Amino acid sequence: MCGIVGLFIKDPSLRPELGSMLTDMLITMSDRGPDSAGIAIYGVDTDNRTKITVQSNAPEVEFAGLDSDLGDAISGPVSMRINDTHAVLEMSDDIAAAAREALAEIRPSLRIMSAGDIIEIYKEVGLPKDVAARFQLSQMGGSHGIGHTRMATESAVTTMGAHPFSTGPDQCLVHNGSLSNHNSLRRKLIRNGMVFETDNDSEVAAAYLTDKMRQGCNLGEAMEASLQDLDGFFTFVIGTKAGFGVLRDPIACKPAVMAETAQYVAFGSEYRALVNLPGIDAARVWEPEPATVYFWEH
Amino acid sequence: MNLQIIDMAHVSLRELNTTLQKPGDASEATNWEVINSKGSHAIAVGLDAPIDVTIKGSTGYYCAGMNKQATIRVKGSAGPGVAENMMSGTVIIDGDASQYAGATGHGGLLVIKGNASSRCGISMKGIDIVVHGNIGHMSAFMAQSGNLVVLGDAGDALGDSLYEARLFVRGKVKSLGADCVEKEMRPEHIAILKDLLARSGADAKPEEFKRYGSARQLYNFHIDNASNY
Repeated sequence: MCGIVGLFIKDPSLRPELGSMLTDMLITMSDRGPDSAGIAIYGVDTDNRTKITVQSNAPEVEFAGLDSDLGDAISGPVSMRINDTHAVLEMSDDIAAAAREALAEIRPSLRIMSAGDIIEIYKEVGLPKDVAARFQLSQMGGSHGIGHTRMATESAVTTMGAHPFSTGPDQCLVHNGSLSNHNSLRRKLIRNGMVFETDNDSEVAAAYLTDKMRQGCNLGEAMEASLQDLDGFFTFVIGTKAGFGVLRDPIACKPAVMAETAQYVAFGSEYRALVNLPGIDAARVWEPEPATVYFWEH
Repeated sequence: MNLQIIDMAHVSLRELNTTLQKPGDASEATNWEVINSKGSHAIAVGLDAPIDVTIKGSTGYYCAGMNKQATIRVKGSAGPGVAENMMSGTVIIDGDASQYAGATGHGGLLVIKGNASSRCGISMKGIDIVVHGNIGHMSAFMAQSGNLVVLGDAGDALGDSLYEARLFVRGKVKSLGADCVEKEMRPEHIAILKDLLARSGADAKPEEFKRYGSARQLYNFHIDNASNY
């Protein structure tokens, strides 16, 4: 069992509230997943800039001087925003690839949570309310976001095993369920050049979609293809730079509820997660159909 | 009438259910209203008295589970497993119901005025279920007895591995499950439907429905299949 929440803001005046709305939804889903929590926030797009979110188990040591060390290594300015065990590094797009390589050299124990124009991922082990508080998730704004509360079934309870998983630029995936063919699929994806950080089944689903999109599929086509290739139980919420998608396996035993108003599209594993959203009583509320691709884009 | 209101913003779920489960005498309230349900789980479960409970909002998992005698109304939508294992009484959902509504129910009447999703009436054992909208896939899987009435359409694999429950569908059936077949609608079935439609406030004529039931081919082991095991 896990909990998923997601919010796609249609009314720009709600963007500053994204973090506070998602945090409330996330904490409501604590009893579906009390061991870890994570959130992907799609924030402001600054032209020609890339954000790399990194995580450290020893932030005092490893984040000290990281911006200047990285800037020196790639000969370009890097800015850094530290948020507890995470830091968001920003640099111009043309040196972002070099930055990833340099990070592995100068701080080999840092873990990359996400990279892209607007995505930031924060995740840690602990109760959702504690994870939300340490990163001050409620203060964050943005156009869309996805949160996950984890009750581990397939792999260890670690920071890297928490969701969301990001395997491509501005992409992320959260999963409630379990995949049974993830080992064979992982081997195929490794042959296609995908890199894995964990033994987690959900990371394989994320990498599968990234791989499909690298081959030229759009998100909808990649999700459609996954219905053929992924074996197991899943409700996925998938984030991209432009929006988010929802997909349930054909058996659809993992719960999902959606709500839409003129202001937002919201996803919750349970209706409980949605009850405090503005205008929920008048919202269109429905259960997404099995084996049906849904996505919303700005 | 003696209406009592329970506000879940101030009363815990356990307190709510304990109150509703208390054996009533004539002097006590028989009409209850529950407010601020906010999708909570297990609201009004295990009731065993002819009381009337109205929940003014949507509910989470297992609302009205194991109901006996009571009439429970949900003025919203219901989460998974509504009226699971109901024994008797009536449960009426104004909105939609999530998966496995009325699962394993032994008796009573479950009315869903919106749609029900997958596995509606799975393993039903005597309950009557009337869905005004559509139902999802795998509904009435291994259903043993009782009646499932659907005014709209049914999803894939309706009545898979069915025993003796009767299924009545007015709209389209996407596919029938193993051993489920269309059957003749006889006068006694029209009478059953007429009664259920009237009791559930459904605006439909019995003649518009088709009946589905078990072909009874899976009841016994076929020796010809022995090599498959």
